[in-house]
Formats: sequence, C-alpha cells, structure tokens
Amino acid sequence: MKGSINARLALPVLSLAVLIVAVFWLQPRAMSYVGINLLFNLAVPIALATVAQMIIIMVNDIDLSMGAFVSLIACITATILPGSPLLGVAMLAGCVLAYAALGALIEARQLPAIVVTLGMSFVWAGAAVLILPSPGGTSPGWLTAIMKSKPPLVPMAIIASVVIAGVAHLIIMRSAFGVRLRALGGNARAVSRAGRSTVMLKATAYALAGVFAVLAGMALVGLTTSGDANIAIRYTLLSIAGVILGGGEFTGGRVSPIGAVIGALTLTLAGSFLSFLRLSPDWQIGAQGAILILVLAARLLVRQAEKRP
Amino acid sequence: MNLIATTYRAPWFWAWVAAFAAFLATWSMSAGGGGGIALAVAALTFGSFAVLTGLGQMLVITMGPGNTDLSIPATMTLAGTLSLKLMGGMGGATWFVLLAGLMATLAIGIGVGIANFALIRLLRIPPIIATLSASFLYQSLAIWSNRGIRIKPPAALADFTTGRALLGVPNLAWVALVISIGFWVLLNRSGFGRRVSAIGQNPRAARLAGVPVARVMGATYVICATMAALTGFLLACFSGGAALNMGAEFLLMSIAVTVIGGSSIAGGNSNVPGIWAGALFMYLIVSMLNSYGLGAGVRLLSTGIIIIAIVAVASGRKAPA
Repeated sequence: MKGSINARLALPVLSLAVLIVAVFWLQPRAMSYVGINLLFNLAVPIALATVAQMIIIMVNDIDLSMGAFVSLIACITATILPGSPLLGVAMLAGCVLAYAALGALIEARQLPAIVVTLGMSFVWAGAAVLILPSPGGTSPGWLTAIMKSKPPLVPMAIIASVVIAGVAHLIIMRSAFGVRLRALGGNARAVSRAGRSTVMLKATAYALAGVFAVLAGMALVGLTTSGDANIAIRYTLLSIAGVILGGGEFTGGRVSPIGAVIGALTLTLAGSFLSFLRLSPDWQIGAQGAILILVLAARLLVRQAEKRP
Repeated sequence: MNLIATTYRAPWFWAWVAAFAAFLATWSMSAGGGGGIALAVAALTFGSFAVLTGLGQMLVITMGPGNTDLSIPATMTLAGTLSLKLMGGMGGATWFVLLAGLMATLAIGIGVGIANFALIRLLRIPPIIATLSASFLYQSLAIWSNRGIRIKPPAALADFTTGRALLGVPNLAWVALVISIGFWVLLNRSGFGRRVSAIGQNPRAARLAGVPVARVMGATYVICATMAALTGFLLACFSGGAALNMGAEFLLMSIAVTVIGGSSIAGGNSNVPGIWAGALFMYLIVSMLNSYGLGAGVRLLSTGIIIIAIVAVASGRKAPA
C-alpha cells in the first residue's frame, strides 16, 4: 500500500520539479521570497478547490459546478461577510448544506452527477448574479490579512499549501471517516452491505467537498479583495485537471490529497511558465488541455512499463 | 383504445404535455394573446438548434453511463468560425462557396469525432475527461483562427437560416425534422441502432454477442461531433457570424433535452420524438421566465432548478438495496 502511494506521487512530484526548474531557468529573478510568493499566490484557492473536486471524484462522481460554486462563495464573502458576519457565515453554512443535499439527491435517486452538477452550475451562477450583479465588494480585513501575511523565511502560499495538503491527507487517508468515504468510491455495495447508508455517506462526502470549496472562495477573495460572479469559472477545469495531475483516478476511490495539492501548484506554475514563454494568450486554454492529455498519456505509459516485469 | 394506451405510456408523452403547457403559459403572458404564431416560430427556430445537438448527444448517452460528449460547445464554435472564415475568403459561384462551407463543417465534425474517440480509446480515460480536455484544444484553435474578427455569412445562407419558405415553418425546423427522421430510422430500423442500444444495455453482453463495440462507439462520437459542427455552422449563419461563446449553452441543453425527452440517462434507451419535446419545452420555459420580466440571475437559477427537478423525477432509479 505504502509503495503504491509513493508510485502515485512520483509522477506529480517529478512534473512539479521539472516545471520549477524550467521557470527559474527562464526567469532567475523568480528565485526569491517575493518571486515564489507571486508564482504560487493564486495556487492556494486552486489547491482548495482541487481538494474539493478530489473528494467528489473519490466517490465516483464529477463536479462540473465547482467554478460557479467558488464564484458564488467569493460573491458572498465580498458582499455580505464584511457587513453582517452572522448572515454571511449562515449563508456559507447554507451552501455547504446545499452541497450535502446534492450528494444525498444524487445517491438516493441514482442520478448522474455530471447532469445534476451541470444544472447546479446555473443555480450557483444565478445566485451569484443576484448577490453581486456587477464586480465589486470588499474583502473582510482579517481575510486579506491572513492571505497577504508575510511570515519569515517561507512565503504564505507555500505554508498554506503544505497545511492544506496535510489536513486533507489526515482527513481522507488517515481517519476512519476518510476510509469509509473512499470505500464508497471503491465498492458502494460492500459499504451498504456493511450496514452503512450510502446516501448518508455521499451527503457527508459532498458536504466535506463543500467546506473545501467554501474555503477556496474565501481564499480567492482574500487575495483579489473583491468579488465577481464569474471570478472562478475556470476552476471547474483547473480542479479536475489538478486531481488528474496529482495522480487521482476517476473510479474506485483511489485518490491522493497531497498529489491533488501538488497538481494544483503544477497547474498554477504552468500558467506562469506559458506566459514566460510569451505564448499567445489564444493558446493558454488549449495548452492546459494539452498538458492534461500529455499527463494522462505519460501515466498510461508508466503503468504499461510497470506491468512488464 | 390500445393506441391511446401506448401513446400515454410512451416515454416522450409527458415531455410533449409539458411543452404544450409551457407554450400556453407563455402565450397567455404575452400581451393580448396575439403572439402565438411568433412564439411558435421562435420556439421552432431556437428549438431546432437544441434538437440538432440533442440528437447527437442522445446517441452518445445511449451507449451507457459515462458516455457524454462535453466538447459540443467547442466543436460548434470551431466549425462556425472556420467554415465562415473559409466562405468569407472565397470567390466564385454561390453554390460552390456554400458547398465548400458545408463540406468544411462536416470535415471538422468528423475530425473532432475521430480525435475524441482516439483519446478515449488510446488513453483509456473516461469520455467525460477526454472530451473535456480535447474541447480546450478546439476552443483555442477557434480563438486563434478567429482573432476577434466577425465574418459575415454569405447572404444566401443568412437568408436560408432565418427564412420560412414552406408552410410558414422556419427552414431550420425543416432541416432538423429531416435529420430527426434520419436518426429515428437509424435508431429503430437499422442494425447500427440496435447495436448502440445493445451496448448501452449491457456492453459485456453486446461484445460477447459479436457487436463490434469499438467501431460502434467510434461511429457515435463521430456522428455526435458532426451534428455539433453542423449546428455551429447553422447557428453562425443564423446569427450573422460566429461568436466564441456561441456554443456555451448547448452543453447543458443537449443533455437536458435528451433527459427531458425520456431517453434513459443510464443508456440503452433512446427516443427521437422526446428530443423535440425537450427542446421546445426548454425554449418555452426560458421565454416564459423572460416574459415575467425576471432578471438574469433568477432566470439562470430557475433554469437550473427546473432541469434538476425534471432529471430527478424523470430519470431517477431507486438506490440499490
């Protein structure tokens, strides 16, 4: 088991290392406290959203509403949270509950998550437009203070990424609760035969994903200091790509929280790398698609090489 | 009596009832009730685009869980952009230009379909991930070739797509109708259609029974992408030029009309009449929300909730005990 975890992390770690070297080689000035902070700053909300997406993929679903949901959270955080904290917290809690209800609905009616979440992306987007019709709002002071703080020696972005990876690893890989959730993705029938309610478990999985997604939205506002109904639309792709880059598989509950955070860091860095290469912005989205396909191809090759003795 | 009973049980029956109810509700909202014909024409026109994408998506969804084409919006944009660019740069006889545009569209559709299926097959990844990743390449290609310039479609095509030559019914609806009949024959009267259903009902059994699963799957992805390309071409001509986000709403739309129309989201069961009901219903619901004077936010919100409610009621199964 230990060996398989390490093998799963090898490719993500290697690709991140290669990319870091490439970026430093292209732009030696990035090799500093400020440079690293700039490179990885926006990785924090992406890492949180990736962990959220990973939890959904872990239970054999996929969330196509992640971007719209994180945008909605950003709008709530930027408009309601600074003025009336109680209402804001209640709304954020409501969003997590909505996610739990979504999970319960999907499992109870055996609906395809892709259709339900695609529909929910309209709901979240509509709610975001209602709360914040035009870009604006302000970040709560404490949030910006946390996100923009400058701890000695190691930049905030790195500390935050390590903390996210550690916490997610403890919850998903080390706790009995996490084992049950992964079992749901591995063999739902066995879980239900063992006397657990699959509806309840899926609801908790979605709720947990909701919590990470809420944190992603808040972290994003802490960095940008304002909200927008479309601020995180790209997160749907980024989060799915991050999970895949991090070595997660689509079925069977085989995922890696540490890998997911590394995947998110790699994607963020890939964006900077492409702009350092002066690649035309026309190709930025396409490059992300190409990276995804390349990683999947590389993983297939590695797996085939492993099979041959 | 028997006929009534079978009609009542047909999977598309309630979808048509809902579409009619939505029509009456929207019609009664419009001032004086005089806009009935205009509403029907608009519903048929915009419904046609949803029907065309929905037919392709239905074929893919019929092949069973996990089979969904997420590249439809990008394919539409790519086909619309490239074919209009090609036609805009061409001289010569009108029929030749139009033929070249149509051929280019179909070629793009076939190419995209083959690329999608090659990714699914070679990388052994779920179709959702394959078509999603590939769609970003198509989107980038469209952005790069477009460069923000809006090329007008040839006048003949613009007239055709916005016209109503026969019986006052939009030309687009006729096109969609002819293609729908083709799909109906393909699904219900051909060996190919039976193979698609067989794969959707039980891929293992289908393979053991000698169905060439890979070839049939490949063909459905090619057909789906071709339908998306054709829709993109027609939509670009209809709206006076290709736009980069023109396909955006058709991802949810193509899945929604399939499900609302009574095709099983779990695969193995499809029906063409339901696609029409679903497409008309979706357009009418949106225009009903519009006629209540609701803002964009409420409209988005209600569209999402209505779709999820329908999916939950129509296609849900009980959890396995």
